[in-house]
Amino acid sequence: MSLFDHLVIFPVLIPFFVAVALLFPSLNNCIKRQRVLSITANIILVIVAFSLLFKVEAQGIQVYALGDWSAPFGIVLVADLFSVLMVCLSAVLGLAAILYASAGEDKAGVFYHSLILFQLMGINGAFLTGDAFNLFVFFEVLLIASYSLMIHGGGKQRTQANIHYVFLNLIGSSLFLFALGTLYGTLGTLNFADMADRIPLLSNDELLIAKSGALLLLAVFGLKAAMLPLHFWLPKAYSTTSTSVAALFAIMTKVGIYSIWRVHGVMFGDQAGELANIALPWLWPIALLTIAIGAIAVLASTSLRVLCSNLVIVSVGTLLVTISLNTVQAASAGIYYLLHSTVACAAMFMLAGLIQQQRGQAEDRFVAARSMPQAGILGFIFVLLAIALIGMPPLSGFVGKALILQSVTNATEAMWVFPLILGAGLIALIALSRAGTSLFWRTNGENTSAPKGHLFQYVAIGLLVAILPLMVIFGGTVSDYTQLAAEQLKAGLSLQQLIEVAK
Amino acid sequence: MELVYAICVGFMSACGIFLMLRGHTFTLVIGLTLLSYAVNLFLFASGGLTIGAPAVLSSSENYADPLPQALVLTAIVIGFAMTAFAVILAMRGRADLGSDHVDGIEAFDPLSEEKS
Repeated sequence: MSLFDHLVIFPVLIPFFVAVALLFPSLNNCIKRQRVLSITANIILVIVAFSLLFKVEAQGIQVYALGDWSAPFGIVLVADLFSVLMVCLSAVLGLAAILYASAGEDKAGVFYHSLILFQLMGINGAFLTGDAFNLFVFFEVLLIASYSLMIHGGGKQRTQANIHYVFLNLIGSSLFLFALGTLYGTLGTLNFADMADRIPLLSNDELLIAKSGALLLLAVFGLKAAMLPLHFWLPKAYSTTSTSVAALFAIMTKVGIYSIWRVHGVMFGDQAGELANIALPWLWPIALLTIAIGAIAVLASTSLRVLCSNLVIVSVGTLLVTISLNTVQAASAGIYYLLHSTVACAAMFMLAGLIQQQRGQAEDRFVAARSMPQAGILGFIFVLLAIALIGMPPLSGFVGKALILQSVTNATEAMWVFPLILGAGLIALIALSRAGTSLFWRTNGENTSAPKGHLFQYVAIGLLVAILPLMVIFGGTVSDYTQLAAEQLKAGLSLQQLIEVAK
Repeated sequence: MELVYAICVGFMSACGIFLMLRGHTFTLVIGLTLLSYAVNLFLFASGGLTIGAPAVLSSSENYADPLPQALVLTAIVIGFAMTAFAVILAMRGRADLGSDHVDGIEAFDPLSEEKS
């Protein structure tokens, strides 16, 4: 086997080894060496992720059996079009976050670079794994890194938000294990492909047990994804943590969405016999209510970071709608929107960090303050991001929302989806124009002493902002890709196919 | 045996959940610990309960399902690390916020008002 055959596991191994290396004293003592090493590792990670993407596109699904133990017994990593796209997204986002932090934020506490690489390892692992227990393990890896990252730099507010975040997620992890135990007890396997094969064969008295396990999993993933009754931790956690961490966390809710898609959209999807689409009756109202509550919270936000956190909740609701529409076209639109909303929200968090840095004590709250030294360039980026987040042409938000609305074919579904998604867009328009007006125009005097943005910070934002128009210019290519990814996702993968591909 | 086992796991989870509903980090940590013990036992039983059967294939006719034991081992290690982190965080919260309530301030309790 050449090195190229092991490509699937590299997105997990590269961050892991570099993170461990960064803990050694000779590297840990010198912040410059840490920055160089972690940025280099991330650039390599981006290259690896994209070469994996091209490989999967050219050769079809890649299955990597760890230690060459074959599928239902050994642990497998599965790289299909959807998972590899998510790995690319996390690699790009990780690069932007590390670049942003290298402007000085990483000095606020210790072990920043190691932690962020461990977090990337967990995220990539969660996307690539083909095994439910491994999903749990990678969730824990990314969570424990995020617990420490969230409190990076310290401070009362962060400690407080962190207590809520950590304890909620610990309870979530316990429930995850209960759900896995229940499913293992009925299905006798934890391999995704094998589970999907066995669900239709369940006997009548096992159905109810498997169903409770599956719905318990929905609650666990819903907590990570911040869907309606479980979203209260998000605004506080995201708005108090440091900027680069908040930007990277934009993908954390999407890990939950991704897992709901895999487990409840496909495994318990159309092919699940008696248990087909058990989560849909729950997901549909929850998705709509999540959009509504998120939109109301957007209106009530008093600072840019809180506003942006609430926009994350709206995007979660929109993605849940695309899951519960349960068609290939909706899934394709959902994947496109997922890419767009992650990148746009992450960039907005970074911009909020820059604004906060340049406004002194007023931070990013919507109050009159002295004007910012670099108001021009920040305002320009703000307008671009606002257009993308609202979903106005010409940026990718418009294409994403148009695709979602287009995928709604049923009249009753359209009656609910159209007003909510368009209404949420209108509310975002109102809230973001008000935010921009008070941040950039309600000024008195000039603040000349405030620190200007560092080159790295602008490079990081630029990297993310550039993706938004690119997703429109190459819209055809991207939406063809998401269409293929959605078809592959919806078709599912049986154990037979998995073993054949692994050979 | 199944019934006793089930009652034990259920009682322990109930105690854990009851403790977690308190608003203080100390009881929360104890509750989480109980819940993770309960979940470990639950996972252990998910392969079926057998007596006198080793979890080694081909050594005897009867063998226990080895996979849940491997899962429990992983879950114990992860749960242990997470509890350690939660304890440290609770202490940090107590120092930073001046209260061990999860919201950082004592909540208003209408029941205690009535008594006094």
